[in-house]
Amino acid sequence: MMNVTIGQFFPGDSFLYRLDPRTKLILTVALIVLVFISRSFIGFALIFLFVLWCAFSTKIGLKYMLRGLKPLFVIIALTFALNLFLMRDGETLARWGVIQITTGGVRTAVFMAVRLILLVLCSQVLTLTTSPISLTDGMESLMRPLSKIGFPAHEISMMMSIALRFIPTLMEETEKIRRAQMARGADFESGNLIQRARAMVPLLVPLFVSAFRRADELAMAMEARCYHGGAGRTKMKQLRFHWRDGAAVGAIAAMYALMIAFNALGVA
Amino acid sequence: MSDAILRLRDAAFQYDGAEDRAVDGVSLDVAPGEFLAILGRNGSGKSTLARMLNALLIPTSGAVEVGGIAVSEENAYAVREICGMVFQNPDNQIVATVVEEDCAFGLENRGVPPEEIRRRVDEALTEVGMRERALASPSMLSGGQKQRIAIAGVLAMRPKVIAFDESTAMLDPVGRRDVFELARRINREEGVTVVWITHFMEEAVRADRVIVMDRGRIELEGTPREVFSNVQEVLALGLDVPEMMKLARDLRAAGLDVPMDTLTVEEMAEELCKCGA
Repeated sequence: MMNVTIGQFFPGDSFLYRLDPRTKLILTVALIVLVFISRSFIGFALIFLFVLWCAFSTKIGLKYMLRGLKPLFVIIALTFALNLFLMRDGETLARWGVIQITTGGVRTAVFMAVRLILLVLCSQVLTLTTSPISLTDGMESLMRPLSKIGFPAHEISMMMSIALRFIPTLMEETEKIRRAQMARGADFESGNLIQRARAMVPLLVPLFVSAFRRADELAMAMEARCYHGGAGRTKMKQLRFHWRDGAAVGAIAAMYALMIAFNALGVA
Repeated sequence: MSDAILRLRDAAFQYDGAEDRAVDGVSLDVAPGEFLAILGRNGSGKSTLARMLNALLIPTSGAVEVGGIAVSEENAYAVREICGMVFQNPDNQIVATVVEEDCAFGLENRGVPPEEIRRRVDEALTEVGMRERALASPSMLSGGQKQRIAIAGVLAMRPKVIAFDESTAMLDPVGRRDVFELARRINREEGVTVVWITHFMEEAVRADRVIVMDRGRIELEGTPREVFSNVQEVLALGLDVPEMMKLARDLRAAGLDVPMDTLTVEEMAEELCKCGA
């Protein structure tokens, strides 16, 4: 059995974990907006303090969270460089031909990089502390009002949870087919990119065929268990708001108040 | 039998575009609480028959009644509440990523109140011995355990009949025995009528009644003893006879006076002791 981590969920149990997924979804959006509102480094420091609290109250640790920045490193570096070299504002610090570094450029470059990093960290707080299942539940529940105007809220969350259910199954199957094809002389490791891509065909074809067969059987099994879409359906696990959801909303509201004050006072 | 829970009258089903009827005029009564085994080679129509019991397929002619309700497009959900179904592939019938959520799936579909679902799910999981794995991920379970979850999902809906469509075919011997014994217990203790489709003779031997299908028709019917004593016919229908019956035949050929209808190892041991005495 392969060790598959779906999403980035980091199992644990603390205040953040016990928050209602709906609260977490909404507050994460609020937090992202807050990152955009901030016009000062003090504002960023405030948000960073919050991220630090999240990292340490959950035992996830800042180091683990920073790992999530890796895939975005190039984008962050590029934004930084573009702002640094192309922005012309304030005193000139250095100049090579058309390229010049200004004090305003340095400030903007750092500012934008910090903003991007904070965006990633804030959204990570959500994905690290919320299991994919409760995330889907939360999204379904939040999208439910939209189903009145024909938005397929239930269908989307059903699709997401079935996808989550079948990821490990299909991974296992891929591995089985890969071994079977290797036993028949298939070579997945050598050759250039195109040759390797072509070598995937004998892997993908059986995998697709089997996925369709599975889908067919699953649909049959769901129908046999009285599935007929989202109408009239109940849920065993009801989402309920607790006092801690109120506390979390209060904390974010306080951060908003502080941020607006910082902006009004024009602090750096 | 007027109080039959399943009543088929000349029931037939033809798939779109197929030349022959997959089920070709089957008449059958099943009494409440009966354990009925259906045997037959691949393509004999036994799965098609089972799917009519659950309204997944609607008979193209003839009548199928489940708990007094005629199987039709309109009655599909009413029929499914009476007759649950467990399929062959354990992976392809589990919907949710958590055991107890999967168990709750059918009840959620029927709009049962949450507290009631909770209670019935706990009961059903206890019944199949999977209560302590309630929060596990199905992908971490063995095939036999997955089938037990599937059974719990059906049991939670409290059906009067459960149709098992080769539910042990993909399991290892231990899982197979577990699942079969569980079905027997549900049948004996809860009084749930079981329709057990299988390839395994040693399972069919322990049913109350066996029917053998071929080309969409019932070819043999009776108690396991009656059915399997027609060794030649059973073999001609592409099936095997239970190991002990083969042994009995060979022993008789060798001159030992063992009855032809010896089905189980225990019976054989007894008969051999008699021969020795």
